[in-house]
Amino acid sequence: MNAILNQTLLAEPALKGLEVFQNFAQHTPYLKDAQQKLTRKIVPSLEEAVRRAGLKDGMTISFHHAFREGDKTINNVVQLLADMGFRNLTLASSSLLSCNAPLIEHIRNGVVTRIYTSGMRGKLAEAISNGLMENPVHIHSHGGRVHLIQSGELKIDVAFLGVSACDEFGNANGVSGKSRCGSLGYAKVDAQFADKVILLTEEFVSFPNTPASISQDQVDYIVKVEQVGDPSKISVGAARVTSNPRELMIARYAADVIEHSGYFKNGFSLQTGSGASSTAATRFLEHRMRKADIKAAFALGGITGGIVDLHRKGLIEKLIDTQSFDADAADSLRESPNHIEVSTNEYANPSSKGTYCDRVDVVILSALEIDLDFNVNVITGSDGVMRGASGGHSDVAAAANLSIVVAPLIRSRIPTVVKHVTTVVTPGECVGVLVTDHGIAVNPNRPDVAERLKAAGLPVMTIQELYARSVSISGEPAPIEFLDRIVGVIRYRDGSVIDVVRQVKP
Amino acid sequence: MKIVKEALAGTLESSDLLVKVAPVTEERLEIVIESEVMRQFGAQIRKVVEETLAKLGVSAGQIVVEDKGALDCAIRARIQAAVLRGADQQQIEWSKLS
Repeated sequence: MNAILNQTLLAEPALKGLEVFQNFAQHTPYLKDAQQKLTRKIVPSLEEAVRRAGLKDGMTISFHHAFREGDKTINNVVQLLADMGFRNLTLASSSLLSCNAPLIEHIRNGVVTRIYTSGMRGKLAEAISNGLMENPVHIHSHGGRVHLIQSGELKIDVAFLGVSACDEFGNANGVSGKSRCGSLGYAKVDAQFADKVILLTEEFVSFPNTPASISQDQVDYIVKVEQVGDPSKISVGAARVTSNPRELMIARYAADVIEHSGYFKNGFSLQTGSGASSTAATRFLEHRMRKADIKAAFALGGITGGIVDLHRKGLIEKLIDTQSFDADAADSLRESPNHIEVSTNEYANPSSKGTYCDRVDVVILSALEIDLDFNVNVITGSDGVMRGASGGHSDVAAAANLSIVVAPLIRSRIPTVVKHVTTVVTPGECVGVLVTDHGIAVNPNRPDVAERLKAAGLPVMTIQELYARSVSISGEPAPIEFLDRIVGVIRYRDGSVIDVVRQVKP
Repeated sequence: MKIVKEALAGTLESSDLLVKVAPVTEERLEIVIESEVMRQFGAQIRKVVEETLAKLGVSAGQIVVEDKGALDCAIRARIQAAVLRGADQQQIEWSKLS
């Protein structure tokens, strides 16, 4: 039958090039083997998975950073790739943290020669700021990362995605298993766009594992590993909970600003970024919401225990979660039907067909520095060394109806309000209000907000006054000296370059 | 004022500083400053330290400053305290310290 049909296919010009049917399993041989059918994606070792994925020198590998300081995947995988002799790789982790210091060695040895990341901290950041890499690091926002991937600039060849549990087919989420990180908002993007997807899982659970944040049709290989991450270290560093009275005072001012911003109405929406004062602001919202009988339609983020608390109390109807900042958030994602996981594409990619950040009324964001034009730096310290992350800062600042930046006026001796920020990450035109422990400044482009805050009796002053105040206390810092060499490129969320970071003078 | 024994003042808390003073055999000042904000404020810190020592009449001794981003007023106070302890001063003339 096939021989005759084959003759027909060859003879008929309109059917030329089509393949003749052989048998049902010609292209799905595993269907003939009961065991293969179930476990064909499971690979005994990561090394074997890397081989099967066809990773080559010069390719791009990607990771998610949902475990933050507790990540056990990035360092281990890159170490293995180094041991296997790979070179010249581009590392595209959604972000890097202090725990990634072991990468320094692999950069020095030429295993990793290019990096795309939202940020970096600790020894790795210090080494790169001091000229470790030949190619500058590309710093992107969370939304901007998806844009770079979609635009083709960042082509992920192999994604290594650590998950707490998945089934034999690769259906995975961050709410089952032992090491639950909560939302897999970053990983979902890599699973969708990477050429090959290798799941590293701590355990196998019964099929089908739902909800499937990463779905079986996106996963090529699955490897069981000892540990992918330590969720207890997610809320370390930028995502910490504060009891510092000054940070709490700033948080309370921020809640005051929200209350009188003009957006504090039934059905409003909010986001709190990372940073102590920002996450703490939610603690001061409950009372204000109850008093005015106001409920929020949704909170976006970066979901924290504080936000979850308001959700459980019925004050925030839905939580839209691209990254769970603590165990409370991860538990809530598992338990609450109104706690919804979204990818960073749905969260904040400016070229996505629809992002949640466009629907945010008020966002509270942090800053390392803010200047007289309200430009914000969240990446370089005032000593010029990179020590932060772009995160969703520029995404949500651009999209939200009102962005509130919270920061102490002075950190130890370092002024936060400066003449010119060391590095621009978020343009001042997107920043509405600055809240400090010494007073509140409103961007002149928001006279409506300034009027409301003044009417509410809040300590509103000009940003120039805040600047003068900080200099009178700490003194004028000497300008940082840089070399010409560029060590970092700050990509705005649309892919354009908003600033560069130069090597610090030793 | 003459430093006759080792003495300490301050802490290593953020926004504070630890000052150690010690006598030296030669008649000279040896000032060592370490600071978290060296790049931005190193020169200013040295200026405040030297001025404070001069005002106290200290011309010899080893002065080690470990700064955690303290303001000038804190630096001045910690230097004074360390020197007064190291100089074994029992009667302090407070009006001269301000």
